[in-house]
Amino acid sequence: MLAHGFGCDQSMWRLVVPALERDFTVVLFDHVGAGNSDLSAWSRERYSTLNGYVDDLLALCRELALGPVTFVGHSVSAMMGVVAAAREPEAFAGLVLLAPSPCFIDDPETGYRGGFSAEDIEELLESLEANYLGWSGAMAPVIMGNPERPELGEELTNSFCRTDPDIARVFARVTFLSDNRADLAEVGVPTLVAQCSTDAIAPREVGAFVHARIPGSRLVTLNATGHCPQLSAPEETAAAIAAFAGGTR
Amino acid sequence: MCETNDEEGGGPEGDEGPVDEQAQFSALLEDSAEDLYEHAPCGYLSTQLDGRIAKINTTLLDWLGYQREDLVGRKHFSDLLTVGGRLYHETHFAPLLRMQGEINGIALELKAADGARLPVLVTSTVKTGSDGQPLLIRTTVFDARDRRAYETELLRARREADQERDRLQVLATTLQQTLLPPALVDVPGLDVAAHYHIASVDQVGGDFYDLFPLAAGTWGLFLGDVCGKGAAAAAITSLARYTLRAAAVYDPDPVAVLGNLNTVLNHEYNGDDPRFCTVVFGLLTPDPDRGGFHITLASGGHPPALLMRADGTADFLPTPGGQLIGVLRDAHIATTTVHLVPGDTLLLHTDGLTEAHTGPTAGGDDRYGDDALLDFGRALAPTTASSTISAVRDLLDTFGSGVEDDTALLAIHAPQPPSEEQQ
Repeated sequence: MLAHGFGCDQSMWRLVVPALERDFTVVLFDHVGAGNSDLSAWSRERYSTLNGYVDDLLALCRELALGPVTFVGHSVSAMMGVVAAAREPEAFAGLVLLAPSPCFIDDPETGYRGGFSAEDIEELLESLEANYLGWSGAMAPVIMGNPERPELGEELTNSFCRTDPDIARVFARVTFLSDNRADLAEVGVPTLVAQCSTDAIAPREVGAFVHARIPGSRLVTLNATGHCPQLSAPEETAAAIAAFAGGTR
Repeated sequence: MCETNDEEGGGPEGDEGPVDEQAQFSALLEDSAEDLYEHAPCGYLSTQLDGRIAKINTTLLDWLGYQREDLVGRKHFSDLLTVGGRLYHETHFAPLLRMQGEINGIALELKAADGARLPVLVTSTVKTGSDGQPLLIRTTVFDARDRRAYETELLRARREADQERDRLQVLATTLQQTLLPPALVDVPGLDVAAHYHIASVDQVGGDFYDLFPLAAGTWGLFLGDVCGKGAAAAAITSLARYTLRAAAVYDPDPVAVLGNLNTVLNHEYNGDDPRFCTVVFGLLTPDPDRGGFHITLASGGHPPALLMRADGTADFLPTPGGQLIGVLRDAHIATTTVHLVPGDTLLLHTDGLTEAHTGPTAGGDDRYGDDALLDFGRALAPTTASSTISAVRDLLDTFGSGVEDDTALLAIHAPQPPSEEQQ
């Protein structure tokens, strides 16, 4: 089960899915509020904390009844997996935490360095706001125009045009202001922490922190750079996921 | 190039053009590609796929105040962004660029060497090799200081408009509430229920109703609809409501009450902007001998009340010939009387209900209509006041946005006396 992070939708996985589908049943979904999800199901109350997303995740596992799944969570979804596995370990065969960060904000009291300050997050919200005009319905066909691969353009037009600015703002706050450091120790299922060699959002120091706090977890550092290894290095990312998921069966 | 060829061919224009002008034009055309790249009126930047800067033009270096060797091979494109911009880059810009091969007109801020911020619009494309594999990213950067100031102003205006709209809605809702009785009075032996359906939260509607005591043992009730919406209609609604209450105290005869309202509205608004309303006024008197209530209804152009009887039948109570209130100096007011026996229910309504669109899309030609309402009443009878209001509310809900006008509903019901039920 592959869960996308903040900013995009399930199309983020499109380059790793073909490799994974050869050996596994792959479940893709859009978080409520993102992509092609039913926006009327979104509410500020439910989705102002990770718990709303975690509830959805567990409901999805129950509904599909596939038995224990290997959950691959990118970025903020990695922490959804952590909280969900702590709550209902029997639903998970294992967790792959891709470019995870349990807390983006620095915590001088404990010496924890997430890499950002609260002001930085406000600046991100401004960037979102500034680009809301750019993502308006009228501009979307131009921005998304991709004559060579119309099916891709269609997919992106749908997912990005529907990123309601109010929802994006709330999701950005959940993503960057949550602190799940205390939840890491509660994870009792096999866990792979997969971080990138250079990641401006989740630095290697943070990946090492996650690995140290989750009992028995394994850490791999991908050669991939950036925060989205499933796009920048799909083969390497798919191979790491497949090797781990194959070992948990 | 074409000009030069024409000159060779001895065209008339080539002959007439002064020689040095031609030379200047040729010199302009010889602007080198390299010089254009370096000094173009926009920034150019080429990076490796991981964002490491491979090439950058002089224009952008000048804007940022960096030397070429500070950046090339040393910095990543995202290093030039503010921290918030970097987060946006990682979560939106880079994934989109990777998936689409290009991304267009994204607003970001660059950090200059001296810490100053430069608002820019960024467009990137991925250059691919002949085998389709991505090779590098080409980026153009446009100075967006003016545009950003304009957009910031637009955003500010939008936020202001949102706030104003919220305030307007609160104001409209509050005003609407002041036009309706906070609670209906308790009339001994009568079951009463009312509902006001607001069609638009932005505008005050013009419907109104009330039920109030008159001289000992009698009660007055009215329900009406002022033509139009908004503040002007609200003013008439308020005037109509207080005039009706005062007139009923002065002379409770329903024809006299509506006659007085007609005079007031006609005097007040006989200029360029005539204001009028439809209204039904009723005088309720309990009937101690037969039980229930004796009702005299007077109507000025208002849709007929619907009587749903204890025996399960239902009919409109027509008041033919009643004219709009406020238009003519002497409006004709029609009356009817009815005896509300125990078990009967009387529904007064405004035409927001019968004029509601019932088609699949709002704005269609299918309106609910009087016949459908009569059938509805026949299916409902015998009923009670609260059951009636609840059923009509459910009905309005099924119309959704098809209810274009506000709708006022007032139902009164004479319950069966407990002793009678036991017999």
